[in-house]
Amino acid sequence: MLRLPRFELRQPTSLGEAVTLLREEGAGAMVMAGGTDLLPNMKHELFTPRVVVSLGRVPELRGITRDPDGTLVVGAMARIAEIASSESVRKQAPALAQAAGLVAGPQLRRAGTIGGNVLLDTRCQYYNQSYFWRSALGFCLKKDGVVCHVVAGGSRCVAAASADCAPALMTLGAVLEIVGANGHRTVAIDEFWLGDGIVNRRLAVGEILVAIRIPPTPPGHRGAYGKLRERGSIDFPLLGVACRLDVGDGDRVEHGDLVLTALAARPKRIPQAASRLVSTRLGTEEFRAAIDELGALAHRQCHTLANVPGDQEWRREMIPVYVRRTLQAAAAGNGPVHHV
Amino acid sequence: MHLKVNGDVHDVDAPDHWTLLEVLRYRLGLTGSKQGCDKGDCGACTVLVDGEPMISCLILAREAEGREIVTIEGLWPLHLARGGEGPDPVQDAFDRYGALQCGFCQSGMILSARALLDRTPSPTDEEIARALSGNLCRCTGYTQILQAVQSIVARARGVEPPRRSWEAANVGRQAGER
Ligand SMILES: Cc1cc2nc3c(=O)[nH]c(=O)nc-3n(C[C@H](O)[C@H](O)[C@H](O)COP(=O)(O)OP(=O)(O)OC[C@H]3O[C@@H](n4cnc5c(N)ncnc54)[C@H](O)[C@@H]3O)c2cc1C
Ligand code: SF4
Ligand code: FES
Ligand code: FES
Repeated sequence: MLRLPRFELRQPTSLGEAVTLLREEGAGAMVMAGGTDLLPNMKHELFTPRVVVSLGRVPELRGITRDPDGTLVVGAMARIAEIASSESVRKQAPALAQAAGLVAGPQLRRAGTIGGNVLLDTRCQYYNQSYFWRSALGFCLKKDGVVCHVVAGGSRCVAAASADCAPALMTLGAVLEIVGANGHRTVAIDEFWLGDGIVNRRLAVGEILVAIRIPPTPPGHRGAYGKLRERGSIDFPLLGVACRLDVGDGDRVEHGDLVLTALAARPKRIPQAASRLVSTRLGTEEFRAAIDELGALAHRQCHTLANVPGDQEWRREMIPVYVRRTLQAAAAGNGPVHHV
Repeated sequence: MHLKVNGDVHDVDAPDHWTLLEVLRYRLGLTGSKQGCDKGDCGACTVLVDGEPMISCLILAREAEGREIVTIEGLWPLHLARGGEGPDPVQDAFDRYGALQCGFCQSGMILSARALLDRTPSPTDEEIARALSGNLCRCTGYTQILQAVQSIVARARGVEPPRRSWEAANVGRQAGER
């Protein structure tokens, strides 16, 4: 049995009411969307808020709509299952639909939201454990302690960004809409992250993520998501690879992107992906050489750590394999890349 | 708070931090929903919320107010209320196919399968596997569980149901193949 620590639950029925409540309660309150990350973390006493503000009854945060300019507006409370099966998302943002379809298991995809996925707490095998477990090890930097068990002598937490949807949203140039006591702001998802495993995102106390805006993609847009995990269901990523290929006349790539996750505190873009892929033609030797080279580059640039469980060397060797396969899947209009 | 469980509205007194699973088990005495990992991994606590399988150890009881909750205890009565006979066909098939050993995963498995069949009366083998992929079983190796659900689909399609594993073994023995 894992009991939740005591708290007071508030269930506002409008966005305005939620913002006011959060302003009044300050740092003692936490937001809950689907609760599938927050509640296990609270059961592990990683968070012990005095007040939990549920967004479950706030209608403004729901639904997936399209603006007149073609921007897909995904409400922060849109469920992961809804995103995985939405025709508009599958067409305009296939990498996102694929990533959403591989989050957790079916029951949790019905409860979990896209907002909660973007704001997922970073994960580490020495952190996502019960209080008793953590106390036996003497705690760590991220919570209640002073040392890091992943990087000996390390003074910075390197807990891993582990949300499957986040790298896909980065390849799509998504923009986050945020509301707080000081009003409304927008931020490109690329600018949202911090390199700190303790808190890896720029969201002030009391702020609410309202929606995620996905700009229109061209007709030749292709995308895919690859996920390495222990079992074919339920598990968090041991490695996540999102890619984008916008293909123009004569199957020529006009834009490309590659972002990996489950490595360190923020998802990692391979900056050479765009230049290396652009102007290659799908199905040619040149394209195959480009994706091989990107696999090798990713292998060089990405380091696996013991923040994520499993064999670190094996995870590292899987980087070029998943980079290649995911780019191949996108080129073929397939995906996701997954072992079952 | 008021919770609608298996068709009845219950007036329950429980603190804000209690989960739906805790209220079901420790206020309403409905212990068919199992408390396994208590953190979303195993699916033993699966109940139907508005007809869909959900993880009751990660839903606050108060968040379930106003929703229709069905637990394993409600399945047989619900089947009878709909004019059926005997237990729910999924329960019956799990029994016939020996789709359990310790039984801990069973209520969650059965509810996930029930919801699938309500939505998709004739699912493919892959759809069955996917629908049950959030329910872990540490005992059976899953074969008999999948066969149990396949047998219901086979009956609906009017085709031969999968042969039960021990029947296959007996056939082998009779033929002197062992
Ligand atoms: C067994 C298990 C397996 C899982 N597997 C995966 C997996 O494979 N891949 C994966 O990506 N995730 C996985 N998850 C994590 C989780 O289920 C998903 O990431 C889910 O999308 C989180 O959404 P939520 O609505 O439940 O978030 P919550 O738990 O409600 O919230 C998460 C965090 O975001 C904050 N928050 C949420 N919404 C808002 C908002 N609108 N404004 C401000 N703050 C907000 C909360 O305060 C909290 O800090 C798994 C979880 C479990 C228990
Ligand atoms: S990386 Fe893991 S062990 Fe190290 S400080 Fe962060 S959570 Fe703790
Ligand atoms: S007890 Fe709820 S998922 Fe394991
Ligand atoms: S029968 Fe024991 S867990 Fe499934």
